Amino acid sequence: MKVLVAVKRVVDYNVRIRVKSDGSGVDTDNVVMSMNPFDENGLEEALRMKQAGIATEVIAVSVGDEKSQDTLRSALAMGADRAILIKADQTPEPLGIAKLLAKVVEQEGPQVAILGKQAIDDDSNQTGQMLAALLDWSQGTFASNAEFDGDAINLTRETDTGLETIKISLPAVITTDLRLNDPRLPKLPDIMKAKKKPIDIVDASSYGIDLSPRLEVVSVAAPAEREPGIIVADAAELVNKLKEAGAL
Amino acid sequence: MSILVIAEHDNASLNASTLSTLAAAATIGGDVTVLVAGHNASAVVTETQAASGVTKVLVVDDAALADGLAENIASVVTGIAGEYSHVLTAASNFGKNFMPRVAAKLDMMQVSDIVEVVSADTFVRPIYAGNALMTVKSSDSVKLITVRSTAFDAVEATGGSAATEDLAFGVAFAGTSFVSRDVTESERPELATARIVVSGGRGVGSKEQFSIIDDLAEKLGAAVGASRAAVDSGYAPNDCQVGQTGKVVAPDIYFAIGISGAIQHQAGMRESKIIVAINKDDEAPIFQIADYGIVADLFDVVPELMQQL
Repeated sequence: MKVLVAVKRVVDYNVRIRVKSDGSGVDTDNVVMSMNPFDENGLEEALRMKQAGIATEVIAVSVGDEKSQDTLRSALAMGADRAILIKADQTPEPLGIAKLLAKVVEQEGPQVAILGKQAIDDDSNQTGQMLAALLDWSQGTFASNAEFDGDAINLTRETDTGLETIKISLPAVITTDLRLNDPRLPKLPDIMKAKKKPIDIVDASSYGIDLSPRLEVVSVAAPAEREPGIIVADAAELVNKLKEAGAL
Repeated sequence: MSILVIAEHDNASLNASTLSTLAAAATIGGDVTVLVAGHNASAVVTETQAASGVTKVLVVDDAALADGLAENIASVVTGIAGEYSHVLTAASNFGKNFMPRVAAKLDMMQVSDIVEVVSADTFVRPIYAGNALMTVKSSDSVKLITVRSTAFDAVEATGGSAATEDLAFGVAFAGTSFVSRDVTESERPELATARIVVSGGRGVGSKEQFSIIDDLAEKLGAAVGASRAAVDSGYAPNDCQVGQTGKVVAPDIYFAIGISGAIQHQAGMRESKIIVAINKDDEAPIFQIADYGIVADLFDVVPELMQQL
């Protein structure tokens, strides 16, 4: 079976972002970008499915501007067989992305689509569930383990109270949690080989989907800074301070 | 304005996050209907009727709703959402799972994890792990919203007397079934709503040594939290994780012990009223947001702290 993996180019998780002074957004110029960490888990899972003989082909897809090709090259270096860039100068909202991915699913016919549970830039945590809804597929979200059993998956999810296992029939959407696996680091020869692997570039507008945003961004602001604190000498002083503050 | 709130529960009791969601609904203003979709959840229905500000409780009872499967919850919500101006639920694992499915079925854009209601169509939500706050205005005819519980003070759990109305369940989604649940047993208060949280990080060093965190939490009547590093290393279970991708907490006192304080961790605790950091690395970023810091070995400080309390 084919497996589709969605990957997003985001500001690297180590970068402390800056809000633009005009309140229009977050400054992403000259900032280190990388693949959304949850998407790395998604790709790793697909690659393991291929190693286990469950998947035959792993297709990485990204929606974004020209530079998202870098992220797809990283995906190819990790081991994806080929890649599709859906070119959009303005990144669509999760609903728009889910609609585009649904089109790719129609064209490519994968049995499993794997997405990160959230992108660490807008933190929406929507796209995978939306894709499952549009396709009317089962969804296995926030996965920390996925075991294939014929045409179904026993999927363990991280929940607010522990773990939960559900059985989802194929075709299905999986969204990943960080403990699903440890993504591999591509080796130099793989990076070289990835340069020769194909990336199809398709214009987002060619799908005939209305991608106009439903949410108008009114402003983006930095959160209030916390007042600077103090260093105390020991536990006794700490307890005194907490009592003075009325917290204990 | 007519608002539908989707209750979070385990068929036995109403999750406190729902009371915070009701507070967000009250801020928007209007009639508030609560949907209790579950199985044999009459105790939850009774609790919901009593919650402050609830006009009506819709009850859908079916075995297919017993385990909160997103496909089945979403199908109930999708069927009735059009009758309301807003549909709200907690931005918990439960809400995050089903609400986007509703949104896509209705061809609408969800507003995730709101921390403030500016007006009936405009909301503030954190992005980039809370390092920016985005104000968005929704143009959809029904506003589909998940609510960050820590940003809204829970409404009173008692005093209300809402009427109930039964709704029939449709057809269960065939492709998904519940298998099992492994709930972490703890005698500590619930992490999301505890007044004091004691969290341990990589610096605690091992699962065995994590008992020092448990002991301090017990002494303080606090909940136990953990950084991602501690959970990844197996020191603490996944449901203890505080941060961008774990739980968001805002207790009166947050103890960060042996936690360096990566921005992803700060995202889950920076709204705490008082932050205490104990770390032997004086350069640890946690000290930049701590109200009180102790630069020392946690294995020296924590036992002293236990004696002082």
